[in-house]
Amino acid sequence: MSEEVNKQQTPLMEVQHIYKAFPGVQALEDVSIKFFPGEVHAVVGENGAGKTTLMKIMAGVYKPAQGTVFFNGEKVSFNHPVEAQARGISIIHQEFNLLPERTVAQNIYLGREPATFGVLNLRQLNQKAKSVLEDIGVDAMISPTDMTSSLSVAEQQLVEIAKAISLDARVLIMDEPTASLTRTEVELLRDLIFRLKEKGIAVIFISHRLSEVFEFAEKISVLKDGMHMGTSNVDEVTTEDIVYQMVGRVLDDYFPPLGDPEDFGEVVLRIKDGSNDYLHDINLELRKGEILGVAGLQGSGRTELAQALFGVDPFHSGTIELHGKPVSIKKPSWAVSKHLGYVTEDRKTEGLALMQPIRDNMLLAVRSLKNIFNLIQPNGIKEAPNLVPNLGEEVDVRVDTYDKEAQDLSGGNQQKVVLSKWLASQAEIFIFDEPTRGIDVEAKARIHEIIRDLTKQGVAVLMISSELPEVIGMSDRILVMHEGTIGGELPAEPNEAEIMLVATGHQNNNGKLESVASSRGEK
Amino acid sequence: MATSTDVPNSQRLTSILEDIWTWVKKVPPVYPVFIVVLFIVSQLNPNFATINGVTSFLRRSSPLAILAMGQLYVLASGGFDLSQGSLINLTTIGSALIIYGNPEDAFISITVMLGIGIMVGLVNGFVVSYLKVPSLIATLGMLLLLKGGGLYWTGGAPKGYLSDNFRFFGRNYIENIPVIGRFPVAGLIFILLGVILSVLFHKTNLGKQILAVGDNPKAARLSGVKVKKVRIIAFIISAVMAVIGGILLGGFGGVSIEAGEGMEMLSVSAAVIGGAVLLGGKGSVPNVAFGALTLEGIISLLNLLGLPKPYRDAVQGVIIIGAVAYTAIRSRKRD
Amino acid sequence: MTTEVMSNDEKKWVKAFQRIPQVYYFLVIITVLGVVLDQIFARGNILSNPSILTNILIRSVALGIVAVGQTFVMIGASIDLSVAYTISLTAVLSSLLMQGDPSRVPMTIAIVVGVGVLVGLINGLIITKLDVNAFIATLGTGLIIKGFLNGSFTNWSGSVPESFQAIGYEKIGPIPISILLLLAVVIIGWFILSWTKYGAHLYGVGGSKEIGRLSGLRTSRVIIISHIICSLTSVLSGFFVVSRLGSGAPWVGPDGIYDLESIATTVIGGTALSGGRGGVFGTLAGVFIFGVIDTVFNQLGIDTFLKTVLRGAIIILAVASYSFRSEREAA
Repeated sequence: MSEEVNKQQTPLMEVQHIYKAFPGVQALEDVSIKFFPGEVHAVVGENGAGKTTLMKIMAGVYKPAQGTVFFNGEKVSFNHPVEAQARGISIIHQEFNLLPERTVAQNIYLGREPATFGVLNLRQLNQKAKSVLEDIGVDAMISPTDMTSSLSVAEQQLVEIAKAISLDARVLIMDEPTASLTRTEVELLRDLIFRLKEKGIAVIFISHRLSEVFEFAEKISVLKDGMHMGTSNVDEVTTEDIVYQMVGRVLDDYFPPLGDPEDFGEVVLRIKDGSNDYLHDINLELRKGEILGVAGLQGSGRTELAQALFGVDPFHSGTIELHGKPVSIKKPSWAVSKHLGYVTEDRKTEGLALMQPIRDNMLLAVRSLKNIFNLIQPNGIKEAPNLVPNLGEEVDVRVDTYDKEAQDLSGGNQQKVVLSKWLASQAEIFIFDEPTRGIDVEAKARIHEIIRDLTKQGVAVLMISSELPEVIGMSDRILVMHEGTIGGELPAEPNEAEIMLVATGHQNNNGKLESVASSRGEK
Repeated sequence: MATSTDVPNSQRLTSILEDIWTWVKKVPPVYPVFIVVLFIVSQLNPNFATINGVTSFLRRSSPLAILAMGQLYVLASGGFDLSQGSLINLTTIGSALIIYGNPEDAFISITVMLGIGIMVGLVNGFVVSYLKVPSLIATLGMLLLLKGGGLYWTGGAPKGYLSDNFRFFGRNYIENIPVIGRFPVAGLIFILLGVILSVLFHKTNLGKQILAVGDNPKAARLSGVKVKKVRIIAFIISAVMAVIGGILLGGFGGVSIEAGEGMEMLSVSAAVIGGAVLLGGKGSVPNVAFGALTLEGIISLLNLLGLPKPYRDAVQGVIIIGAVAYTAIRSRKRD
Repeated sequence: MTTEVMSNDEKKWVKAFQRIPQVYYFLVIITVLGVVLDQIFARGNILSNPSILTNILIRSVALGIVAVGQTFVMIGASIDLSVAYTISLTAVLSSLLMQGDPSRVPMTIAIVVGVGVLVGLINGLIITKLDVNAFIATLGTGLIIKGFLNGSFTNWSGSVPESFQAIGYEKIGPIPISILLLLAVVIIGWFILSWTKYGAHLYGVGGSKEIGRLSGLRTSRVIIISHIICSLTSVLSGFFVVSRLGSGAPWVGPDGIYDLESIATTVIGGTALSGGRGGVFGTLAGVFIFGVIDTVFNQLGIDTFLKTVLRGAIIILAVASYSFRSEREAA
């Protein structure tokens, strides 16, 4: 299947001693990797390991704080992705940069349309697009005159690749290329990548799906906490080796002690056979006072679970029971009235009204529970007129005044405001989706303390997180999701490898690890 | 934090000045502009600075101020209400038709018109929230519906006239008040509504939820706000204010099929001058009211300068562009 | 994860069918409705009457020409509320400058076109450089023009020579010149949109400014040019209007509600307010829809005011049906 690859040549692209930091977090620390032409190179690591940041630096979206990027042996420094593109480095993000209302050819050649005196040469446009599509072998599936919105996700991705080829890309970077593809589509992509490889293009891709990484790539580089753990040849390592490289770490994060089984009360939430467009056969129980961690790869359905429970994208079938009684949650406002709280993944677009003062953000949920024409208290509600400063102290929001607009706060403080919003509404069941993403260490620890304190007060917590230390450090039980359903349940304090193995499709059967695929008889 | 009791006086003075400057920066621009405009006007026309001048100005400006305050509700929620103007027209000609020479029917006509206002707001809100039509288009459609509907109802030309008791609200003064002598009824209504709308906007859940919806509808929804309901209420308020504005305008100027023409644009402009943000999420009722007064003041100013009525449109155009550009630049500086 | 129930070919047919802009369905429905009403109430005398048909077409010319310009602007995710006043300005300036003298026609045309370009340029600059919302910017410039016109002219002024009025009245063979003008504008518009680099860039910028920028497009320039094109079509429409009226007055533009109607017909024609898609033929269909309604209603003696009501209802329903197709959060 794989052809002979020239090993000892100069790398086509190289990063040396790259450092990059964002407020509160060191994204990359002293990363040096070589990428060779005609080679498929996978970069893996957990969420937040720095993979996307590294790719974006290589593609000209960011500039490194320290370190150098080399292309074809020359030092390069890009001010804009367009410059990288011009040099032959193309990146395909997870969200495609395609115009849905334009044809394939129009998308590929946007800005570079063949024309004479401004008049388009349509035949040439379509011809050139066709030849690029032929070049990568997809001309049977996609025609230059197809409307982009009528194409499937897989086909759109192929158009993105065609666009990169038309730009004479020598380096093609892909972020999670198989995330939304079916098995058949994955195989087609694999064949395409091999064809690209034969042209001498260096294909670099980020992926969470280790089985596919092993199918596609010849080299695997592992990043962990912004550092480069190592680069191996695919035929010299196993999935387990990679997993251990990804997760093994010194646990220097402090987490509050886990709950005692006596602290857990009756079942407050039960989902039976929940299904919708993204999920199937969801069965779970959540008890008062416990933290149920939800782990899983990107795309395994974790956020969809939260959204189904909260009424954003409700279940089509199955039941939800609160305190033993079946309830219907078809809209978020219903969820809120039933004392659910949802700290979303993206606080800026989903959690806060950025132009409004902190106090109003904090009181947003609790006010929605009252009559719309009720007079408001500036700092709380009738029953608790000093709610805002009290909550602010409780969650340790560091501000001098609650009149400040939410957008002026740091990430950590913003997350605390979102948290206090649900505290104010006296939610009994909290759903957290990536509660400490993008937050500095100190605020992280505080938020973890607050979450555990909540459970001591009888709140039940469902916590979705991609940070394995957080999942392990905080959860009294862990559900691991896999492809839209619950792949397995683990007791408190598993090791990271156990989680990752269930998450990547290896079932946990009495200690024996098998790949789910092989148990289904697919391989 | 180090504290020292030996802070030199000069430093103290500087910090006091700094505090004053921060406070000054916070004052919404509409107020100083308003004062400046009033000042200039009163210089050109000394009558303006008299009680009579002020009360007369207030009577003239009340309709726009009321409209602008209603428009603010919709703007703050992230939309536009273009149907205010044609609702005004409908109010005047419809009332004239209902009254048709029987002053006893004035009360009925007002009730009917207010009812129509509520219906219009309901439909606007429904179309925007449930049919997912952008408010620009939805209220534009409503504008045409009302225009055509109104003209159809009266057969093209205003029939009947508005009785004196109807016109009382827009035209008359309350006499024999100590010190000031007389005060326009319209002004009274404006102030009353101003207080009510201010309280509703700044001191109730409704206002806070409107701002949240305009700021980030997704976050609002995920926080339990009933976004659709909030938008509908905003449109109802805007429409009812347009009806009241129409009653006052009808009182002031009599029946006319055009009195409301373009008033929605004026009300949006007044709101913008009063600091409302066009995409929603920010606004203040008192500021907007003063924005309307400022706009009217500028119009009076232009009149006094001998600039005929039409040029006021030109200046208004410059003002709106200027006001929006100014806020755009200010928000760009923040980033 | 997904199973395919239809073959690729079948899928493409269904998708192609779904892609036929709804406006053409509307046009067919309205025309059929018109024919039916015609048969029932007027025994088929209306639509079989050639002069009435020509009437429909001529009423559509003024609106149609400016709607083409509005289409350009809206594809770029912008909007132009100043068109009505630009039309008035054109009418007034033309008759003022020509003073009924045929020899002054070329000079007048040159000057007025120049003014149009200026208006478009100013609109475009305010929107792109001052970062002002297009709605407000063009509202503002419209008001400025309105003020200037109303202030300087209170009545009809000057006149247009008969030779110029040919545009509005004469025919080449059986076809009125004005309709040829409309067709020319539509075809040129279509050509620019579908056959030029600029057109492709306009769709790109309108579809997503970010993607446009990432592809190296000069987004400001693209928007400004679209506004200039729109003002030019307003000027052309103004020429047509003044040629029919013989003279120009300030209320000519607003009277025809060209601003709102050009937006409405464009949106009904399938161009989205959010930009990135649409075209002139759809807009033309929208214009014809309004034209048919106008004429049939007139001839049947139905109140013109009901016509306005119907217009409003159609706009709302048409856009609502489009929104159902693509669910987006409305404001």
